[in-house]
Amino acid sequence: MNNVLIYTENFDGKFKKSIYEIASYGSEIARQLGGEPIAISLGEVAEEELKSLGNYGISKVLTAAGETFKTLQNRAYTAAIAQAAQQENAGVIIFSASNTAKAIAPRVSVKLKAGMVFAATGLPSNLNPFTVPKKVFHGKAFADVVVNSERKIISLSQNSFGVKEHPAEVTIEALQVEAAAPANTRVTDTQKASGKMLLNDAEIIVSGGRGMKSADNWQPIEELAAILGAATACSRPVSDEGWRPHAEHVGQTGKIVAPNLYFALGISGAIQHLAGVSSSKVIVAINTDKDAPIFQAADYGIVGDVQKVLPQLNEAFRKFKAEN
Amino acid sequence: MKILVCISNVPDTTTRIKLSGDQNAIDLSSVQWIINPWDELALTRALELKEASGGSISSVSIIHVGNAGSDATLRKALAIGADDAIRVDAAPTDAYAVAHEIAEAIKDKNYDMILCGIESSDYNGSAMGGMLAEFLNMESVSSVSKLEIEGDELKLNREIAGGFEVVSATAPVVVIVQKGIALEPRIPSMRGIMMARKKPLEVVAATGAEALTEFVHYTPPQPKAACKMIDADNPAELVNLLHNEAKII
Ligand SMILES: Cc1cc2nc3c(=O)[nH]c(=O)nc-3n(C[C@H](O)[C@H](O)[C@H](O)COP(=O)(O)OP(=O)(O)OC[C@H]3O[C@@H](n4cnc5c(N)ncnc54)[C@H](O)[C@@H]3O)c2cc1C
Ligand SMILES: Nc1ncnc2c1ncn2[C@@H]1O[C@H](COP(=O)(O)O)[C@@H](O)[C@H]1O
Repeated sequence: MNNVLIYTENFDGKFKKSIYEIASYGSEIARQLGGEPIAISLGEVAEEELKSLGNYGISKVLTAAGETFKTLQNRAYTAAIAQAAQQENAGVIIFSASNTAKAIAPRVSVKLKAGMVFAATGLPSNLNPFTVPKKVFHGKAFADVVVNSERKIISLSQNSFGVKEHPAEVTIEALQVEAAAPANTRVTDTQKASGKMLLNDAEIIVSGGRGMKSADNWQPIEELAAILGAATACSRPVSDEGWRPHAEHVGQTGKIVAPNLYFALGISGAIQHLAGVSSSKVIVAINTDKDAPIFQAADYGIVGDVQKVLPQLNEAFRKFKAEN
Repeated sequence: MKILVCISNVPDTTTRIKLSGDQNAIDLSSVQWIINPWDELALTRALELKEASGGSISSVSIIHVGNAGSDATLRKALAIGADDAIRVDAAPTDAYAVAHEIAEAIKDKNYDMILCGIESSDYNGSAMGGMLAEFLNMESVSSVSKLEIEGDELKLNREIAGGFEVVSATAPVVVIVQKGIALEPRIPSMRGIMMARKKPLEVVAATGAEALTEFVHYTPPQPKAACKMIDADNPAELVNLLHNEAKII
């Protein structure tokens, strides 16, 4: 069971960076185990796109499409992934730690009696016993988790390994799945914003807090996001006030994000806020209060009024972008 | 309809995390324990639905796998308004074992809807609800931010990348909830606290379910280098540092 199975979720038929990241990560674990990295793709994905997984070391892609895989049906997806793991002798199964992984990885764990580590932050530090690093208490400590079962499941935290090119010859094979049992859940409607950079995909996030004072003051934040190709976010009071949509709320009770660059503008840096953003590689804070706790977490800081500083900063970024 | 809410007992979210001397455990000696925030919201939503149901929801029960040290947390959930509680008497070693214990404890109880939180705020496992559903061979819907009941139909909003899906479900189903499910958790009233003392808290023996994972070692996060301060009149310097020093843009 030295093979590694990687569940490569598609978004409207396309793979995102987080999927190339787990392809890279799974390929590396397979190399360490002396096995083969095999991807499983469920739902309609063009051949060209499936083949792109080969750039990250994947040597075989199993696919199944059709009515069953049009929307996420937890039991059908679980059955297909478990079947693929058994058929391919995969001892390790990898997911990207997304909503989909939350929905199906625990089910696959029970079906295969495979111990699971959710939101792992890197490669196993040891293969025997199989030991995987992860954060606990929302980043207040790191832990080593030993998985004692024969099969193991890892959901990898986004942006914690990176995308590594490693071209391989890929073959594509159809997975013959058994017909799914009728489900007592069905999707009746889908509402999706299109075109906007999504928080979990963003490499740069520009986030505003109560220090922005009102919903009307968000224009310079939108502008900075546009200049940098970033997503916008906010602290909890901001979404509670209705200044920004709930989907933008980051922190312990909102989204947990890990971009390369996080701007905290008029955000005090409460512990529950930091719980959602402290994995960012670089944090920039602008705050009028030099003693605001956000400066303990930040890498770069400006003490000043965001209303005054931000327009100037935007100008400087615009100039930089024009020159680079 | 009978609802069950799974309750995880966790350190208060503002707790400072101290490690034991050998770093093989977290020092929990001076920790204040609370109902896991998501579970508190799940319970709140279950009670709202029960009150609005005109009697068609007959009970909201809670279940927890843990030692007697959790009883105060369970009493609080009863004071908020749960009707009765079950505690499976075992240390909650990992989500697989917890789910297995719960599945065994409730397999003959015919709950129509089981609510779980999206994660425990201590070990951030995001595992138990899905595992329980698989043990019970029940359908599950995860990342649910809205839950309504219309007759026999449950209407759920499930978060997906960039938006949400509306999912229609019928009982029995495991619903795993996140942000949005209820606005604020309910606070126990004086009357609630009095009544909670008399509500049933049944302790059942564990079946000795096996765990598949174990936490063996902890390390504190790397201390951060001091924040580099930039003059408010010179934002171009920030751009320069992000480009040339941090090499991030
Ligand atoms: C159980 C629980 C869960 C929570 N979950 C979350 C969560 O997920 N996410 C979250 O964000 N919060 C969460 N909170 C709330 C958290 O404790 C803080 O209250 C919140 O993060 C504060 O938001 P803020 O920084 O925007 O506002 P404030 O704390 O009010 O800070 C505003 C900041 O703006 C600065 N400021 C004011 N004017 C200006 C100006 N003109 N220019 C620059 N700076 C200025 C001020 O100095 C201050 O530092 C949670 C709380 C609890 C109890
Ligand atoms: N010991 C436990 N007893 C009962 N329910 C639990 C327990 N641990 C976790 N849960 C439930 O499972 C959810 C997810 O927890 P976890 O998988 O630990 O992140 C929690 O929000 C609870 O609803």
